[in-house]
Amino acid sequence: MIAQNIAFGIIAAVVVLAAVGMVTTRNIVHAALFLVAVLGGLGAQYVLLTAEFIATTQVLVYIGAVTVLFLFGIMLTRAPIGRMAQMTGASWPVAAISAVALGGVVVYAVLNEFGSDLLRDDGQVFRTADVGDSVFSQYIIPFEAVSVLLLAALIGAVVLARRD
Amino acid sequence: MLLNQFLLLGAVLFSVGVYGVLARRNGVMVLMSIELMLNAVNLNLVAFGVQHNVVSGQVFALFIIAVAAAEVGVGLAIVLLLYRNRKSIAVDEFDLMKG
Repeated sequence: MIAQNIAFGIIAAVVVLAAVGMVTTRNIVHAALFLVAVLGGLGAQYVLLTAEFIATTQVLVYIGAVTVLFLFGIMLTRAPIGRMAQMTGASWPVAAISAVALGGVVVYAVLNEFGSDLLRDDGQVFRTADVGDSVFSQYIIPFEAVSVLLLAALIGAVVLARRD
Repeated sequence: MLLNQFLLLGAVLFSVGVYGVLARRNGVMVLMSIELMLNAVNLNLVAFGVQHNVVSGQVFALFIIAVAAAEVGVGLAIVLLLYRNRKSIAVDEFDLMKG
């Protein structure tokens, strides 16, 4: 238990620092690499939560595919690969106030509702087979809908981005 | 471990994502901040799934990952199209709807 708490603390610190770095850095490629640190740290948190399949999917889909897609987006829009003066809009104080206010409300609500609930460690650990059973029995219709959605998004992206 | 610590981490990440969406000028950076918010929600879903001893939390997190991948594909295509038409992806320059 102690070891898990220490691991959580270290990973959480890395994740939060990388997230703040992502939204404040002036170099857009560095922002994409900070995003990789955030996604990898969250994958480690899923391992701590015994969600092995989600952790694997996180690494495969987010770190593998989505980050590459972002880097291609950065290159194709010819963003300056270096420091950029105007990365943050003039309205950033309003944005900061909104974010701090939202975070304050959510943190207060969480502390108020789940003050000292211990995460259950006596429960069943859901392995990849259990997740697969659930997806292909109880959640088969949403699963098919998501597959059609992915196909539609793929065709839509090709139609939008091609030159004609 | 407390349930709280995962929920608080999710709340902080979501707030940082909100700041990024509102403050950043670059369209690609706005999409990255949206990914941050979706990931914060995923962490909450998995934590509640463990807390209630159900597999549904992980299944919903999987669905969110799939929808996020679709969203990023279409979103980047739209940003690319904006760049091609306006030679810029600074989101505060797209103000045609302003009176």
